[in-house]
Amino acid sequence: MSAHKALGGRIFTLPFMILGIIAAIGIYYMAQRFILGMGTVANINGGFPWGIWVVFDVVIGTGLACGGYALAFTVYLFNKGQYHPLVRPALLASLLGYALGGFGAIFDMGRWWQFYNIVLPGNWNFNSAMLEVGLCVALYILVLIIEFAPVYLEKIGAKGLLKSLNKVMFFFIALGVLLPTMHQSSLGSLLIAMGYKVDPLWQSLQFQPLLAVISALVMGYSIVIFEASLSNVSFGGKSETPLLSVLAKVAIGLLVAFVVIRMIILMIQGKFGLIFAGDFSSLMFMLEMALFIIPLFILASPARRQNGGKLLIAAVSMLFSGALYRFNAFLFTFDPGPGYSYFPSASEIMVTLGIIAIEIMAYLVVVKTLPVLHSSEQA
Amino acid sequence: MKRREFLKKSLSTGTATLCTVAAAGSAEARENLKPKEDAIGMLYDSTLCVGCKACVYKCKEVNGMPPVQESEIYAWDEARDLSGDTMNVIKIYQDGTAAVKDSEVDGFAFEKRSCMHCVDPGCVSVCPVTAMRQDPITGIVTHHADVCIGCRNCMVGCPYNVPQFEYDDAFGQIIKCQMCNQKGVERIDKGMMTGCAEACPTGATLFGSRTELMAEAKRRMDLKAGEIYNYPRGDVRTPDSFHEKEVPEYKKHIWGETEAGGTNVLHISSVSFDKLGMPPLGDRSAASIAEGVQHSLYSYLALPAVALAGLAITVRRNTDDKEEEL
Repeated sequence: MSAHKALGGRIFTLPFMILGIIAAIGIYYMAQRFILGMGTVANINGGFPWGIWVVFDVVIGTGLACGGYALAFTVYLFNKGQYHPLVRPALLASLLGYALGGFGAIFDMGRWWQFYNIVLPGNWNFNSAMLEVGLCVALYILVLIIEFAPVYLEKIGAKGLLKSLNKVMFFFIALGVLLPTMHQSSLGSLLIAMGYKVDPLWQSLQFQPLLAVISALVMGYSIVIFEASLSNVSFGGKSETPLLSVLAKVAIGLLVAFVVIRMIILMIQGKFGLIFAGDFSSLMFMLEMALFIIPLFILASPARRQNGGKLLIAAVSMLFSGALYRFNAFLFTFDPGPGYSYFPSASEIMVTLGIIAIEIMAYLVVVKTLPVLHSSEQA
Repeated sequence: MKRREFLKKSLSTGTATLCTVAAAGSAEARENLKPKEDAIGMLYDSTLCVGCKACVYKCKEVNGMPPVQESEIYAWDEARDLSGDTMNVIKIYQDGTAAVKDSEVDGFAFEKRSCMHCVDPGCVSVCPVTAMRQDPITGIVTHHADVCIGCRNCMVGCPYNVPQFEYDDAFGQIIKCQMCNQKGVERIDKGMMTGCAEACPTGATLFGSRTELMAEAKRRMDLKAGEIYNYPRGDVRTPDSFHEKEVPEYKKHIWGETEAGGTNVLHISSVSFDKLGMPPLGDRSAASIAEGVQHSLYSYLALPAVALAGLAITVRRNTDDKEEEL
């Protein structure tokens, strides 16, 4: 039998209510966007058509939702289910992150009522990285629902269906590794066509997809380590740090790969000097690199690695490193030319905070009502 | 599985995956698209422009768009830049005392901003639903709102920030110059010229085929400053009229001849183009590089199909004995 249990307990706690208020404010502005147009809520303009709704909610949001991807990568490809206790919470976070990323894409879509045009093959433009992102993310949300379905089936006791689903699950797990590899790399490819608007330190052209995939995995691993440590603290489970530290070793490989490849690209493209230019871009680059290197220091030492608190710092740093890499490339150092600037409006930020609040609320409800978390004695 | 074995395996598989992505990613991109033989275009000569904005007014009249008013002086149209209400605008460069026309120092110059109708258009390349298209004969870059989903990738993919979205409309759409040939206007199909070229009193905006406009631009490059030249007006192939004017000191640069694959709308000027706000473009179009990457990764979905097969087999093998465990 499964060792997963629903946490139970009250759903309408004080933190839940506070999140509810934030969500309500977000929904209010979202409604305004649909009634009066995007311009009344968001500060996006002719030079910055992609503000935080695209860059944070979709580009970074789906990156942070790569926990399921990162774990599936490790668990099913190399390790025969050894990290099973972590799979379900990671899948849940991925499902919620991607679902809300998809929802974010819809309300950021200027002509959302025509969104179906992207699934009509007659319209497909195979030159477009955006097409790949759109289709692949939509498909992956379905795959995540299927991967998470056993949790619900277990709860309602549909044993027959559960058994047949488990027989074909290997195919969906495989898709669950392939699809994120595809669309996370394509998110990077979006930057290629933006040409000079992307700062030279981030415009790696044909290397964009590679860096995007590694940054997705870095964020994915960080979120798994982060969530497991955090849920252990707040739900009072036994420490899972021995399991986590093995995951951390994979993270070391990814961090080293990212930093080394990044430096090699800058050298190949003759942009190494820009790192030390001392301008805004170079400072952002150094900050970003620091965030990649700090967790490397923590994870590289076995002593520090066994320390739950330090592991948590490493995870948070990794989380910010991948997020900052994408923020820098798409927004912070993005320069469409003279006459354009962008800073998100309060209402625009509230929509994004509302989305995050909804995500956390949904996570809390699900772990309290469905068998997601692993019971502590077996962890 | 032992830890050592696990690490070894993860390392090798990870490396293999990354190598595949890297190999595909660094594959040779396609070349720039070439100008179409019968491409239609315009030549904007900044030195002839007097900043009257007749072209801005005419553009709005032809395309049924409202004027932009920003002050009490109702000067035709006060649009400062392209927007959901404006697809053609005249901007000004000023330096120091701004006393001398077409001088970089203590001078001023005008610059037209409208769709350049790229030979290798970024907006067409990035649009997921083919709502941006390039006419196979005229090379005009058209927009089709009936399929557009409003993702605004065309806006970030355009080196000139030309496509604009109607942000103030709950059901807005992308706005861009379609050389007055969109459905319901169809001036080019009817044998007419673009509104802006027709309205231009000095021939600063000249209409015609790209080939003939390029020849005219090159003729002007070869003129000596101070000479008298007979400048045509309207359509370069069949000018409405001519006017004689002293030749200015042209910068020997035809914008749109090579920039990112070239454009069908060409600009010439006495002030360098970076000062006029033109973007820092090389010869290579970003679209050609992006498409090269996309095609080497996804050609016939071969690479993803092979990867899926490999993944499915591996996952199957690794989950076989798991059922007993549970």
